[in-house]
Amino acid sequence: MSVRRSPSGANGESTVQQMGGSGGERLSHPAFIEFVGVAKSFGDKRVFSGLSLAIEKGETMTILGGSGTGKTVLLKILLRLIRPDAGKVLFEGRDVVRMKEEELLALRRRVGMLFQGGALFDSLSVKENIAYPLREHFDHSEKEIGRIAARKLELVGLPGIEEMMTDSLSGGMKKRVALARAIATDPEVLLYDEPTTGLDPINTRRINNLIRDLQKKLKVTSIVVTHDLASAFYVSDRLALLYDGRIEFVGSEAAARRSRNPHLKSFITGEDHAVA
Amino acid sequence: MVSRLARSLEKNWFEAFKGIGDNTLSLFDYFGGLALLLYQTVRALFRHRFPFRVFIEECAFVGVKSLNLILLIAVFTGMVFALQFAVGLGRFGLKIYIGQIIGLAIVRELGPVLISLMLAARVGAGIAAELGSMVVTEQVLAIQALGADPVHKLVLPRVLATTLAAPVLTTIGDIISILGGMWITIIEAGVTSRFYFDQIRRTVEVEDYFSGITKTIFFGFLIGLISCYQGLRTTGGTQGVGRSTTYAVVFSSLMVFVADFFLTKLFIIL
Repeated sequence: MSVRRSPSGANGESTVQQMGGSGGERLSHPAFIEFVGVAKSFGDKRVFSGLSLAIEKGETMTILGGSGTGKTVLLKILLRLIRPDAGKVLFEGRDVVRMKEEELLALRRRVGMLFQGGALFDSLSVKENIAYPLREHFDHSEKEIGRIAARKLELVGLPGIEEMMTDSLSGGMKKRVALARAIATDPEVLLYDEPTTGLDPINTRRINNLIRDLQKKLKVTSIVVTHDLASAFYVSDRLALLYDGRIEFVGSEAAARRSRNPHLKSFITGEDHAVA
Repeated sequence: MVSRLARSLEKNWFEAFKGIGDNTLSLFDYFGGLALLLYQTVRALFRHRFPFRVFIEECAFVGVKSLNLILLIAVFTGMVFALQFAVGLGRFGLKIYIGQIIGLAIVRELGPVLISLMLAARVGAGIAAELGSMVVTEQVLAIQALGADPVHKLVLPRVLATTLAAPVLTTIGDIISILGGMWITIIEAGVTSRFYFDQIRRTVEVEDYFSGITKTIFFGFLIGLISCYQGLRTTGGTQGVGRSTTYAVVFSSLMVFVADFFLTKLFIIL
């Protein structure tokens, strides 16, 4: 697959054209979120070398890739929890890497992230976890915070557990509470880091349905990072394959199944010469 | 043979210099990181709303929950000192002066340093373990992702709590230590409590107390800052948390002794 950038538009927004290899889709309009030539290394280990990817507003993009290929790092770079060594990360045309602190805080209010392990604050109750970003960004009354927490918990299918401590929750419940926290501020973008890893089939289906429901109900743009193919096909509008520090493929499920890209084929079929 | 020996020497010299260079860089890296955290903490104090609730919780953890331990250590320190001086001064028939020496030693040096070391062990380890666990479970990243500043939320209240708690606990510890010493002095030297306190009043001046207490403000600050720094730079899962906890106690204790020397020298000059 190749990514071609046309010159930036007059308003600073960039236009990308992505060709997802054989059968890949072609975009030609301003991207909502765009990674342009991103490079990142940790010591001697090179994670990205000129990675480029564009994500449209309102779509669910799933990034596939083997363990240790840097999928989570990509999400963290988007929120600037990690700084890339080179390249740009454009959010509505503005470079996240160069954002000032105030701009970055505003960005983080618009983007919710579900961490792989939930990353719930274990010293706080479920309600206080969900209230955390609300207290940080808004001046809501305690009553209003309680109402929002209850509404978000209902949305993730866990009504009435506000007063429970997070360490008494099961793995699936933790993920859903973490999701409730991620959507507390009604973000426009949701980042899911391995949302179904370690869950039983019932909880996996619950989380997948939640991702779909949230997309329908809240109209959010979602980036899902996973190596769970079934989940990826279920929740995604488009898929991207991360391999050897670059995006090897971008396209729909149908295009992915038709693709002759050897790494994608290996990933889908799970053959011996599969993705490292 | 000679050339092999020369090559071996050359290699050893190279390794030795490399080791010195690596250690020097690590030292700069460590203190550079510490200075950066200090700057971020001071900035957080003025840039954001003060995290009052967490600060009160930390004061309770650092102060109230450490109090029993501090009291126990203080009373036994006073008692064992009185016993030792009873033996030492008894050789010259000067047992009645135990109060003078105990008062001065505890207020100027022993109280501040011993209680700060206890804080480094109990509170420093607790802070490093808590923040280290939060790092490895990505809770610190989650704070950032939710648009908050981990230095403001985690470091500032803890550093302020240890800075405030150290002098308060030391004052209480000094009093209890002197009382412990009094009990043994009465038994060993046969003096009255009134005589014991008169001895202390004659010897210990207000400046002695303030020089000791001022030192503990610095000690408390160093313990809080170093422990938070160790916690936040944790890597490598649960083993990493263990390492951070150990380093927090070791470096905090070490810095208490180093700072004690320089502050004592400074107060003598002043």
